[in-house]
Amino acid sequence: MTVNGSKPKFAMYWAASCGGCEIAVLNTHEKILDVDANFDVVFWPVAMDAKYKDVEAMEDGSILLTLFNGGMRNDENERLARLLRKKSKIMVAFGSCACEGCIPGLANLSPVGEIVHTAFNTITTDNPNEVYPRTTYDVPEGELHIPTLSRLLRPLDQVVDVDYYMPGCPPESHQIAAVIDLVIKVIRGEAELPPKGAVIGVGNSTVCDECPRARNVKLIKAFKRIQDIAPVDPTLCILEQGVPCNGPATRSGCNARCPQVGAQCIGCYGPAEGTLDYGARLMTAFASVIDANTPDEIDKILDGIPDPTGQVYRFNLAGSLLKAAKPAWEK
Amino acid sequence: MTQRISIDPITRLEGHGKIEIFLDDNGNVANTYFQIPELRGFERFVVGRPIEEMPLLTNRICGVCPEAHNMAASKAADAVYKVDPPRTAKMLRELLYSAFYCTDHTTHFYALGGPDFVMGPDAPVAERNILGVIHKVGLEIGGKVIQMRKYGHNVVEMIGGRKVHPCASIPGGMTKGITEEQRKEIEEMGRWAVEFAQFSLKLFSDIVLGNPQYVDLILGDVYTHHTYYMGLVDENNKVNFYNGKVRVVDPNGKEFVKYEPKDYTQHIAEHVEPWTYLKFPYLKNVGWKGFVDGQDSGIYMATPLSRLNASDGMATPLAQEQYERFYATLGGKPVHQRLATHWARLIELLYAAERWVELVTDPEITSPNVHAKPTETPTEGIGIVEAPRGTLTHHYWTDERGVVTKANLIVGTTNNYAPIQMSTHKAASNLIKEGKVTEGLLNMVEMAFRAYDPCFGCATHSLPGQMPLEITIRNSAGELVDLIKQFVD
Repeated sequence: MTVNGSKPKFAMYWAASCGGCEIAVLNTHEKILDVDANFDVVFWPVAMDAKYKDVEAMEDGSILLTLFNGGMRNDENERLARLLRKKSKIMVAFGSCACEGCIPGLANLSPVGEIVHTAFNTITTDNPNEVYPRTTYDVPEGELHIPTLSRLLRPLDQVVDVDYYMPGCPPESHQIAAVIDLVIKVIRGEAELPPKGAVIGVGNSTVCDECPRARNVKLIKAFKRIQDIAPVDPTLCILEQGVPCNGPATRSGCNARCPQVGAQCIGCYGPAEGTLDYGARLMTAFASVIDANTPDEIDKILDGIPDPTGQVYRFNLAGSLLKAAKPAWEK
Repeated sequence: MTQRISIDPITRLEGHGKIEIFLDDNGNVANTYFQIPELRGFERFVVGRPIEEMPLLTNRICGVCPEAHNMAASKAADAVYKVDPPRTAKMLRELLYSAFYCTDHTTHFYALGGPDFVMGPDAPVAERNILGVIHKVGLEIGGKVIQMRKYGHNVVEMIGGRKVHPCASIPGGMTKGITEEQRKEIEEMGRWAVEFAQFSLKLFSDIVLGNPQYVDLILGDVYTHHTYYMGLVDENNKVNFYNGKVRVVDPNGKEFVKYEPKDYTQHIAEHVEPWTYLKFPYLKNVGWKGFVDGQDSGIYMATPLSRLNASDGMATPLAQEQYERFYATLGGKPVHQRLATHWARLIELLYAAERWVELVTDPEITSPNVHAKPTETPTEGIGIVEAPRGTLTHHYWTDERGVVTKANLIVGTTNNYAPIQMSTHKAASNLIKEGKVTEGLLNMVEMAFRAYDPCFGCATHSLPGQMPLEITIRNSAGELVDLIKQFVD
């Protein structure tokens, strides 16, 4: 994949995101210099200066690689996703928001109107006249516009075609560095691109397989909250100590960072290889560690998980088979 | 003829911020609107989630300063259970937080705010960035900046589990402590950070304070607003980032109020405008008077400069020396000149580094006693920390199982939304006269922003330190009158 003498073009963009993906890329430190040496960075709002207009002026397909992070929260996010898709040969859904919606995807549990209503009626909000943001608003001097919120928060591939997925909240810097190395090899003709649709910068197993904690196939009588039993035993499986740990359903690649400091995996690397629905797989995993003989006992044990929906779809709701809870579909 | 100027987009706020400037019939500024187009809705969807997840979920508000949300939410979660974490747990949190501060303030000074001073506001565009800074002061400095970022994130990962979005802080304390081996490593990095901070202050002193033009620029009127100032202080009224009471001083520097985090609703309210997705916090007991400064307007600022203004000093010796020099040089307290925020930020950098060393050399820092089990029925809790960009308040209500039923978040930069709106307006009004927009407006508007280190959507933390701006001036018929570009090919 050589490009007639000039360096291939690289872009990175954020839609509805927190900025952590950009920080994770910056945390590769010297690898950033490799990107600079091997690519012509044409659009990366966090690191260099170019505008929408500049992207619009580019030839279609002229950007070799775009790392796109953030979810689709409003019409402006979607416009940029379409624009960058058109201009890019390879579009990577970068980070949990673009891959599966991430934490902001939990907004899909309620109607979007309620999201706005809540934000503008908090205890400190002085809003007796029920003023809400308006996408078009006339001020004495003229008309003002702000983007329209979408009904659902959507991952990138629900809006445009995606070539590769790089999960993680954020992707770990060592994985980013490995992907940068791979792409450079591909450019030099020393390696092949993975098949379209592949999940990159990850392991092919679960967090449990990377976790140094001992798993003894021990069954549990009750789920516990981390604050009730901390510090957990430093050598044993956290799930077997009773804390709902998302490791069994979550893709490997992070080196089990959270379990290594005595915290449960919260699932930020998304569904493990071969998982059709993250929540379904995690519920199966929880069910398999429960030590119960009667339906009542099962109910009682499961009641120990205070927020089942959030527990099993924390990062994955918007990208799951369900996409949203029923109220969010309401007009 | 009414003219309209759109500053849209500002690249590092692209998709996240937009300024509309309207001119009157004489071509002078009639009004400006700084619009925030983003709303993700955390206050709604944290409802239904367990309180111990708040530090993890609210991390995702901001990937640039997740540590701040992590800390505020952890403190609120402690309060929900009325549990007091062991001393070591609190020290570990503050240690992590101090290291984070060093990283964050370093990024801002060297990459964003610094270039305007080191290179000069009128320096050629191509040089007014971090690369220009490195070329001017030496390549070695670039290495030091990377080293400082690395060290800060290393400490966050060692204590918090992850470099971005740490996970080890829970209601009642921490999931684990640190070993003696880790402690030694953290101490070594901290001592290096103190030297780095002193070096940075010397750099500022040589380049900025040694140049009378810069001193004039800092003291000039364009970037001056007489507002209230907010900051967290310890029992001696010294600046503290992790714990204490919120102190507010009036535009004369006199204490207006000092409140416990739990009482914040008695003092803060938020104003709503229909043309933006962000609210405008103000001092409830002064009142909302619109976008004006002065004693009668409830608008306050919460930044490094505010924290210095709102305190009686710094709790560490080297930073205290710098604090005294700061006010001696700038003519006493409070300092209203927004550009002085850059200097204040470096004094905080030194304080954070000194505090880092203080905490890591405490004999109890390696104690395994890092968690107190909550025993009370959870109800309601408030946690406040100083985020680098302002006082950060998290407030949660829960049911008896500790599941969140309601939340209120007043986030760092949000405190400064009204002041930023005013600064934008003032910079524009000072530069646009009789329909003439000078090239200088572009960087002057940038500088008005940069002092606040705004973090709308965490967008402004970047390498080159310039905001590409394009100002299009059209007449009322929509015809192009003028087009001014900066950093835009």
